[in-house]
Amino acid sequence: MTRSDLVIIGAGPAGMAAARTAADQGLSVTLLDEQARPGGQIYRDVDHVPESRAARLGAEYTEGRRLTRALAQDRITHLAGAVVWAIEEGGVVSYTRHGAAAQVTGAHVLLATGALERPMPVPGWTLPGVMTAGAGQILLKQSGVAARRAVLVGAGPLLYLVAVQMVRAGSPPLALIETQTTADTARALRHAGGALRGWPYLRKGMSLLAELRRAGVPRHKGARDIVIEGAARAEAVRFKLAGKARRVACETVYLHHGVVPNTQAARSLGVPHRWDAAQHCFAPVVDRWGATERTTVHVAGDGAGIGGARAAEIGGRLAALDIAMRLGALSKGQRDALAQPLFRQLDAERAIRPFLDAAYPPNAAALLPEDDTIICRCEEVRAGDIRRYAALGCLGPNQAKAFGRAGMGPCQGRYCGLAVTALLAEATGQTPDETGYLRIRPPLKPVTLGELAAMHDEAKDPRLDNLDH
Amino acid sequence: MSTDSTFLETEPGGARVRVWFDGTPLDLPEGANLAGALLVAGVSRFRDTPVSGAPRGPFCMMGACFDCLVEIDGVTRQACMTEVRDGLHISRAPSSEAWRDPE
Repeated sequence: MTRSDLVIIGAGPAGMAAARTAADQGLSVTLLDEQARPGGQIYRDVDHVPESRAARLGAEYTEGRRLTRALAQDRITHLAGAVVWAIEEGGVVSYTRHGAAAQVTGAHVLLATGALERPMPVPGWTLPGVMTAGAGQILLKQSGVAARRAVLVGAGPLLYLVAVQMVRAGSPPLALIETQTTADTARALRHAGGALRGWPYLRKGMSLLAELRRAGVPRHKGARDIVIEGAARAEAVRFKLAGKARRVACETVYLHHGVVPNTQAARSLGVPHRWDAAQHCFAPVVDRWGATERTTVHVAGDGAGIGGARAAEIGGRLAALDIAMRLGALSKGQRDALAQPLFRQLDAERAIRPFLDAAYPPNAAALLPEDDTIICRCEEVRAGDIRRYAALGCLGPNQAKAFGRAGMGPCQGRYCGLAVTALLAEATGQTPDETGYLRIRPPLKPVTLGELAAMHDEAKDPRLDNLDH
Repeated sequence: MSTDSTFLETEPGGARVRVWFDGTPLDLPEGANLAGALLVAGVSRFRDTPVSGAPRGPFCMMGACFDCLVEIDGVTRQACMTEVRDGLHISRAPSSEAWRDPE
């Protein structure tokens, strides 16, 4: 079994930055990531794209090459295409790579597992042709593929960026159907001070909106009662604007109303989580270095709380410095001196967040969907099922899972966990913290017996002897 | 299976290899993301759900949602986590045999 000072899970901005920082302090690092190439979702395939595509995606995307190139350091072992399915006491990380299971041990573990799109359960969201806006962007980045007749539905700056990238790819979206209202904008202006400190983001947002106007992409704001129509696939989006029914025929729907920390790995380790009311999600309890109450586990990047790619990168560096100190590679004074400018940058990066969180709140109807709407995509559990379990006395998500399989499918609650908590909290009058979340157990991702057997052949792990026959 | 794609390939060209989806031959870009390449080739329905038999296709494109499950040479895989290789025999994951949690 390979041993490293530090095992990092996730090669996005936080993981990549942490890997280099830790290696520069003399630590040996193993960086595990599911994708074939480093970058995470934000810099997906950034080393691999043709220049024409890179130009359409923008300078903020190609900025990621700074991080991928920094991985070329003798002390960093980057294992691409490694699907992590268990993280255990003592820093033992089990993963599948090239069809065989394997393990690596770290004196310290850093979870840099990033974000997931907040699920947006509206009627019809399970139809083929309905994807997340992030999925649309991955198609553009990795494959140079743009939907032809698409509408973007929801709220938030990512919709503007994806729409502009589609315009540049020669396939402008038919419309943006946005759920935020003028009242949200008014409330957001209370955070104008922070927004001004985050001026580069504000300026970028305004330039994206100007590009969309020039391209003639219509924007419908304050949309309500969103329904995706279709039998075998998405055919149209129906919604209401100021009480009037509207309908846009389309072939692809990209949904987005924010992203949330991907907490599966941290949850599986028993790291405590807390409800973040401003961002409407759970986040692991960490200190300003990303340290958890589990002394050998840190969390950095969007997985520790949504802050975006730049904040994630800084968070990765801070966590690596703290880990280097804990492993004796840096004194406390050295750590603090190196960290001081990073904390200042992090403050500046985060200044825009309260404004964005207030200006683009998640679509309220999709946080508490109508009874008929499917919330668990894997097991086709509907919102009304969860309300019925609550009426029968079910208090928490794990009980709801036993009642009706919500969260028991292959995605393991990644796309229904927050909805189950919200529906139970609504029904019982408890807070999300009191209601809690699904207990996550390994395997975090499916692993086959064949893959386990391949590990057995290689590692002679006595615990797997019973799988031999 | 629909053949008129709802997706635009912005940089066509490059080497193509032959794969089969439910018996239909498709020429897809070698090394491309399989889910993306199938979408461009006009496939929207990748699998049917085990509960109601409802059609599903790629949703998250990052390995989290498992809605793009297909069967490749008898093994159920996430199309979005698979690269196009010559000679892949892909079939729609049958609803009764789609991957289920062992619990």
